[in-house]
Amino acid sequence: MRILLFLIGLSCASVSYAVTASTANLDIAIAYLAYQPAPRPLLSNVIPEPTDAGLRGAELALVDNNSTGRFLKQSYSLSSHSSDNAETLLAMAQQQHAAGVRLFVVNAPQAILQQLANHLPDSLWFNAGSADDELRQSACLTNVLHTLPSNAMLTDALAQFMALRQWQKWLLIVGQAPEDIAYATALRRSAKRFGLKIVAEKTWDFSSDQRRSASAEMPLFTQSKEYDVVVVADKAGDFGEYLPYNTWLARPVIGTQGLTPVGWHKTIETYGAAQLQKRFEKHAGRWMNSVDFAAWIAVRSIASAVTKLNNADPTAIRELALSEQLPIDGFKGRKLSFRPWSGQLRQPIALVHPRALVSTSPQEGYLHPHNEMDSLGFDQAETTCHLSDKAL
Amino acid sequence: MRRLLPLSALMLICHSSLAATAYVSNEKDNTISVIDLATQTVTETLEVGMRPRGLLLSHDNKLLYICASDSDRVQVMDLSNHSIIKELASGDDPEQFALHPNNKWLYISNEDDALVTVVDVESNVVMAQIDVGVEPEGMAVSPDGKWAVNTSETTNMLHWIDTASNELVHNTLVDQRPRHVEFSKDSKRLWASAEIGGTVTIIDVDQREILKTMTFEIKGIHPDKIQPVGIKLTDDGRYAFVALGPANHIAVVDAKTWEILDYLLVGRRVWHMAFTPDQKTLISTNGVSGDVSLIDIDSLKVTKSIKVGRYPWGVVVTP
Repeated sequence: MRILLFLIGLSCASVSYAVTASTANLDIAIAYLAYQPAPRPLLSNVIPEPTDAGLRGAELALVDNNSTGRFLKQSYSLSSHSSDNAETLLAMAQQQHAAGVRLFVVNAPQAILQQLANHLPDSLWFNAGSADDELRQSACLTNVLHTLPSNAMLTDALAQFMALRQWQKWLLIVGQAPEDIAYATALRRSAKRFGLKIVAEKTWDFSSDQRRSASAEMPLFTQSKEYDVVVVADKAGDFGEYLPYNTWLARPVIGTQGLTPVGWHKTIETYGAAQLQKRFEKHAGRWMNSVDFAAWIAVRSIASAVTKLNNADPTAIRELALSEQLPIDGFKGRKLSFRPWSGQLRQPIALVHPRALVSTSPQEGYLHPHNEMDSLGFDQAETTCHLSDKAL
Repeated sequence: MRRLLPLSALMLICHSSLAATAYVSNEKDNTISVIDLATQTVTETLEVGMRPRGLLLSHDNKLLYICASDSDRVQVMDLSNHSIIKELASGDDPEQFALHPNNKWLYISNEDDALVTVVDVESNVVMAQIDVGVEPEGMAVSPDGKWAVNTSETTNMLHWIDTASNELVHNTLVDQRPRHVEFSKDSKRLWASAEIGGTVTIIDVDQREILKTMTFEIKGIHPDKIQPVGIKLTDDGRYAFVALGPANHIAVVDAKTWEILDYLLVGRRVWHMAFTPDQKTLISTNGVSGDVSLIDIDSLKVTKSIKVGRYPWGVVVTP
């Protein structure tokens, strides 16, 4: 009798199991592509950036996907490719495409991502490397989803906090690299959007080594009309690290150095983030950064979609992602989702300094008719992209 | 005489929970706050292992089990003298656990290792380690002792472990980030919260079928901030209480009709809850505000908040 009962129990289990899992095995191949040019010389080169940013995040997500996948008969694989040459990278992507891969995660600047996505239009591309606003704002790439926060999201997050603190007068200092200029454009937009004033703007074009002369040069360089904060646009960390404590007026530094808006940082620990940090550190032997997180959540998003859809068709994944019916858990304290108009992953932005989390935007009180996270970055009414209306 | 009256009235009010003691784990202080519920004050703060989270009592209320997550151990405290008498081979990063009705088998979620570890608390021997999904968290053993159910936060599943064989026999896919599971006293229903999904799923245990997926709605609070975590069911089958995390409210649910009756405002980021032994008072831990709220169950009113340590997480109450 006991055996019989057990058997009945078992058969119930297998029947209801079939409801939640697909019956056939599903193999999902993902390719990770990174553009890795030789690093340009930087004045502030004491602490080097990791060279495998992004890849380690994608790898960890693959482990997460497969741990879940074994209960659902899904099997994920990841191949990794990198080059310092855009054409070589394209050839690698085409080779993967020929082998049947239709899901790509890319860590590359805007132009290279655009070239890749345009060449293989039937594939779904996840942008984990470029914060460029034009990509989301006017390029409107039909087959690209962005998991890295855009510059506008970052600078809006910062500006909201500045408005809250009433640090309204900004001295803006901009580097000369194209990404610095793009970041400064986003800062100007954010300042205007949240009622802040740029009292003066300067371009950094010095070439001396600040490790020797920061105390001599920065105070003079930051002499200006009264300001509440110094806002710096120096993405690569060329000179900005030498600004804090070296300003003419006793004012904080914010932007790419000092108080920095980021997609991810070591100091994020609430909402289960501590577990993700631990898993990542065990896997990579270093701290997780914003690009790692963007690649991680790209690969995790694929799994969330595949579980819902029971297939890995790029068109279906894209449609689901842009339908707002794909809730994504990003350890950021709220449900994340993709914006239907631009394919940008909406997410809270952390404001950090190197050893602490200072605040998280959207700030309390910045309301939005649809989703408070859409107070960060280009909102639907501000964009010419309407991705969800277009087919892949 | 006039002075005596209010005092006796006060004693009457307190009488229901008189002599009960609450133990609250403070995640960021590595301590446990001891609250005398008769006087509603913290009487003692006990040093324990690192990052204490899940707490539970032996069924005779003599021992307190503590998940010291960052110390990678489960500590056992003798409540007669508040000394740690044993540390169990828990596996890495224990977060939540559940004790079998036999008072011997402890089922522990090892969050970092995607494992459930089963330990015999008397012999301190690991009886089994069971592979589950990524980030196992919630853990419950059915009152009839047949099932141990674990939730995996990243895999979004409930994993059903047959306690007779300690083998995983079934998985139920639920919404994003399942955090906590709670069996009804008759072992017929299982309630599971999904923090990011924002839902509570009610499951028929015999069939392992989903009966209902509940959502919550609080005026003035964005749906994304409604994140169900802890669940408590009254023994009489009347109420379910669902802690809604950063929504700072506890939902009161009719456990029979599944209708939401009320939302009670408590402290910030409410995590877990416990009843007093007479089930007249519910205590919630409020992580961000660093306090606990006391809720009177007859009137469904929050009556008091008591400051504890930093980031209170788990709570249990002894008679």
